[in-house]
Amino acid sequence: MSHPRQGSGGRATSAVAAVEESLARITSLEPKLSAFNTVMAERALERARALDAGPPTGPLHGVPVAIKDNMCTAGVPTTASSKILAGFVPPYDATVVSRLEKAGAIIVGKTNLDEFAMGSSTENSALGASKNPWDLTRTPGGSSGGSAVAVAARVVPISLGSDTGGSIRQPAGLCGIVGLKPTYGRVSRYGLLAFASSLDQIGPFTQTVEDAADVLQVIAGFDAHDSTSSSEAVPDLRAALTGDITGLRVGVPRAFLGQGVDASVLEAFESSLQVLAARGASIVDIELPHAGYGIPIYYLICTAEASSNLARYDGVRYGYRTPLQKDDTLQRMYERTRDEGFGAEVKRRIMLGTYVLSAGYYDAYYLKAQQVRTLVRRDYDRAFERVDVVATPTTPTPAFKLGEKTSDPVQMYLNDIFTVSANLTGLPALSIPCGFAEGRLPIGLQLTGRAFDEATLLRAGDAFQRDTRFHTELPPNG
Amino acid sequence: MQRIADLARLELSSEELDLFTRQLGDILTYVEQIRELDTTGVEPTSQVLNRPVDRDDVPGPTLTRAQLLGNAPDASTEAGLFKVPRVIG
Repeated sequence: MSHPRQGSGGRATSAVAAVEESLARITSLEPKLSAFNTVMAERALERARALDAGPPTGPLHGVPVAIKDNMCTAGVPTTASSKILAGFVPPYDATVVSRLEKAGAIIVGKTNLDEFAMGSSTENSALGASKNPWDLTRTPGGSSGGSAVAVAARVVPISLGSDTGGSIRQPAGLCGIVGLKPTYGRVSRYGLLAFASSLDQIGPFTQTVEDAADVLQVIAGFDAHDSTSSSEAVPDLRAALTGDITGLRVGVPRAFLGQGVDASVLEAFESSLQVLAARGASIVDIELPHAGYGIPIYYLICTAEASSNLARYDGVRYGYRTPLQKDDTLQRMYERTRDEGFGAEVKRRIMLGTYVLSAGYYDAYYLKAQQVRTLVRRDYDRAFERVDVVATPTTPTPAFKLGEKTSDPVQMYLNDIFTVSANLTGLPALSIPCGFAEGRLPIGLQLTGRAFDEATLLRAGDAFQRDTRFHTELPPNG
Repeated sequence: MQRIADLARLELSSEELDLFTRQLGDILTYVEQIRELDTTGVEPTSQVLNRPVDRDDVPGPTLTRAQLLGNAPDASTEAGLFKVPRVIG
């Protein structure tokens, strides 16, 4: 293994030592960071002992990992950070969980998220917000905030998140680590609690692009349990990391980068382009005329899909049920269970989604949004005739303060301005650390690639990391 | 708003109804901007796979009835049933 990966410092010589190191860091850091919903100490140690006693398993042999708590783990509670899933213990593993374990990884815990992955700060978690290890008064981003914190604070070298509108890339950017949203269909979603089915995708958080390539190699590929998973061949991703980006055409949508972007973010972004250019990439101006409509159409489409997906939480088959009162009808039970079980943002989105799908409004909102989605896809199709990757900042600002945007949903949503396009188009996108703002707050660079061409994204990101050290910087609380 | 809450099977408090009425109003005002685009004749994108996702209907292994009932707030494992409040008077 060319990279230090076992445990946080890479000094661990056995699976047990690696897991013990992760658990020790959880014990010392968790009171400050609140990254984990469940820690699986005994189970992880037991598995580590078995791995140490047996033959080598796979490419992640003995590596401690953390999993976002919206992916099913057999026998371990899976909450989606929602009261409505209180007590739910899945009888099966998500495909990504079984693939990681088959490759030798050891799950040490389940991480915090915005309830049902709806949010950009983890503040919508029923279990309380996670904290950014670079500044405890700020958000780590979301919705996969806990998984980002676990890697940024060097609790584990690898974690998984899910990304519906930026929920991997945005927290990766705000926490100074690597986050990859693979192409829609690249990774099986069997066992992922569905939020918006035409947008959801699972991917890794790591410190290095090289590690992200290794994790994607393990979790990617067709799965008979997920009809939307793709049978597209997965190339040798480690082999793609040649460091050679000579002639790579990097498209920059200048007109899209204007409003509302922090000066520190723009400065780090421009410097990043110079790093790529110095390695032989050419920087090309491109137009994405409809990308600015990404947020409005994203919030129409994701809420419509969420209102349908979350209809299953009714207090009958799993999770929370309201205490029944005399003469309660079945419908009263549904309605009170859902009101008590869901948090405010989830209810807000169910309401909006129900509204935009309802008779009389469907054409004006939902259908219209789907048509504009086609226009956004065409923008990218045209751009990729001229360039190989598209570069933007990951987020318009560095990490914001906890509580700063909770009362204004539209302001919170605007944080996803650069990330939603990859979900609407299904394209793969990568966030890599590219600088720091005042107060040592990390800034992320986002690269978006052609469908199923994660290899080019990873090659570009790895080349960038060969010439920069941002990803090796340690947060003060880590 | 009450009609939407009924459709969504959410028993919202009057405070929640007030808050959501205001916030959904803000969000709908914000998304109005998509109306300025001419989308005449543009095909909608409902998903991006561009291929059928159906498969042959071949039975495979499934979870057991006991596993599935095991998470229910109220169930009769002997009878193999989920229990809910009386539906028919």
